[in-house]
Amino acid sequence: MLTYIARRLFIMLPTLLIISLVIFLIIQAPPGDYLSNMIQELQAQGETAALEKVAFLRKEYGLDKPILEQYAVWMGFWPGPNGFSGILQGNWGWSFENNLPVSEVVGDRLTLSFILNFFSMLFVYIVSFPIGVYSATRQYSIGDYGFTFIGYLGLATPNFLLALILMYFGNVYFGISVGNLMDPAYLDQPWSLEKIRSVLAHLIAPVVVIGTSGTASMIRRLRANLLDELQKQYVVTARAKGLSPAKLLIKYPIRMALNPFVADIGNLLPSLISGSAIVAVVMSLPTVGPLLVGALQSQDQYLAGSLLLFLSVLTVLGMLVSDMLLALLDPRIRLGGGASK
Amino acid sequence: MSQNEDRLEHWVNPAPFDPMSVEKLSPEQEKFYMASQWQMMWWKFRRHKLAMASGILLIVVYLGALFAEVLAPYELRSRNARHIFAPPQGIHLFDKGEFVGPFVYGYDRKLDLNTLQRIYTPNPDKVQKLRFFCSGDKYDFWGLFKGDFHLVCPAEGGTFFLLGTDRLGRDIFSRIIYGARISLTIGLVGVAISFILGITLGGLSGYYGGWVDNAIQRLIEMVSSFPHLPLWMALSAALPVTWSPILVFFGITVILGLLDWPGLARAVRSKLLSLREEDFCTAAQLMGASPGRIIGRHLLPSFMSHLIASVSLAIPSMILGETALSFLGLGLRPPVTSWGVLLNEAQNINAVVITPWLLFPMVPVIVIVLAFNFLGDGLRDAADPYK
Repeated sequence: MLTYIARRLFIMLPTLLIISLVIFLIIQAPPGDYLSNMIQELQAQGETAALEKVAFLRKEYGLDKPILEQYAVWMGFWPGPNGFSGILQGNWGWSFENNLPVSEVVGDRLTLSFILNFFSMLFVYIVSFPIGVYSATRQYSIGDYGFTFIGYLGLATPNFLLALILMYFGNVYFGISVGNLMDPAYLDQPWSLEKIRSVLAHLIAPVVVIGTSGTASMIRRLRANLLDELQKQYVVTARAKGLSPAKLLIKYPIRMALNPFVADIGNLLPSLISGSAIVAVVMSLPTVGPLLVGALQSQDQYLAGSLLLFLSVLTVLGMLVSDMLLALLDPRIRLGGGASK
Repeated sequence: MSQNEDRLEHWVNPAPFDPMSVEKLSPEQEKFYMASQWQMMWWKFRRHKLAMASGILLIVVYLGALFAEVLAPYELRSRNARHIFAPPQGIHLFDKGEFVGPFVYGYDRKLDLNTLQRIYTPNPDKVQKLRFFCSGDKYDFWGLFKGDFHLVCPAEGGTFFLLGTDRLGRDIFSRIIYGARISLTIGLVGVAISFILGITLGGLSGYYGGWVDNAIQRLIEMVSSFPHLPLWMALSAALPVTWSPILVFFGITVILGLLDWPGLARAVRSKLLSLREEDFCTAAQLMGASPGRIIGRHLLPSFMSHLIASVSLAIPSMILGETALSFLGLGLRPPVTSWGVLLNEAQNINAVVITPWLLFPMVPVIVIVLAFNFLGDGLRDAADPYK
């Protein structure tokens, strides 16, 4: 198990490295950057004092250096004008638009994003598991058809539209505005028990919206897997030997069907995290999503880059967790050297 | 010699012999047993009612998108300054107990001076009969020839806003029909790109194995661990603002296709891995066929049907991706009209509460995505007709 985790972690490092490089290149791809736009603007207005600051920033962040060097400085592999001071050293860079360090602009948002995605994933697990098992064991029952139908709808409705619909009805019938992740009273307070409770209460709507499509596909997957298992001979044998249905179900087929279920969470996670980013924009949640859209539109490169990197790291970490769970569940994977199909 | 003459002559029945006479196949049976693989898939697919219905619906919708100019009562850009944010006009058949045929009630309009909202009330005296096969707004059909023939037009001097109008007084129903053109093709083009990438990379990986396989597997792992939407957002934000709408359209489709291939590549690879051990593949190798020919001529056809099924399941995610991007204002930009661009106007929740009909473009999105899902399910079941 330990060697498996170690190997898995070892593979993760180059992946993260390349992801960060790709992100940096994409962020840099648009012609011009925030600063050169700003310089043009300032020159048009004839200001000189601010120009000096821009020149200072340009130097500070090595924006006049070749792109690979900029990347290395950003990551903290290479000494910048102030020595090693990049993401690895905890310096997220400077948000030109807000004129603040990125870490201050981001603030609580990272934590909230993490919480939001964690609960969405939990929601997917908790809801889809019993429903999937129910649908498979009671195939073609009314409940099965009902869940299948809802599942298809959940799959077809993009979650930002679901968020819009939810907000529309919430506003029209209950007069509530969905949005924000806590009671306004707690906005700038330090974390306390009440604040956590308030956050949890506000999480329900977004978590349901974000989790729905994932839940739908997980139910479908689990149902199909379990149905395959239930038709196998060992199930018939066990039944013939008089094992009680519940014990039989839990002891053998569910354990078998659980494997792909857990493995799929890894595939699901990227879409879950993308979904949460866009739902957050629609519901104006204080997570990284809305910030990212703004930063991308205004070419605020360090802010956008850090946020993208954060989302990617979150995805990769989630996949790591799902792989570990899988290894825990299935000795073939932790002993056999990689998944084989 | 004399011995031979004693022996009985070897007797052969001169009557014609049919070796199949023992188990004679009826013509129906023969048709069944001799059917080609595609024929059997078609039979199996036809049994899947929902998939059939979805397939027919999709064909109709695509044809409709072809003839958008004729089907839409208004032209894409035609603005009705006197009807801004007009609510949908329902179609009626009977007026005051009398049958008139399909018609709508015209609107009386007044401005609420407190909220500055336009208030439209249907006026029962203004019966505006719809005209069919009529000449209405002028259009440039596919930019090829001009015309003004429409399937349905509003009455002379009247209006016909089946799904209301937007902030510039443009008919949402017509715009949805025009938007179908972009929204539906973007899925196809994007899938074509990811299809080519997926087959090439998955094929190389599965056929060669070894370090090629390893490298491509790592690539797949990496691409699929990117959160798609944020990356799509970043890429489309990176498209130069100076590009023409058409270029942006192609840029977006390429972006959508660039991240979507890993699933397909994986499927191709695992199929190839199992197939390349088959005898017919070894035979082809021994006869000196090139890898390209073996992959393309012998291996691909044997799982083409699976690929088609997984492709039809990939189209909806493209459509949803484009819708999401355009909705956020990072994808297509007006004047290009797609469903996502239309929904972009529904971003502001206050506007939506006052003018909920702006949300209508999400109905075709959901319907089309559902239809593609059902079609894909049916195709996937049919892809293995021997089961």
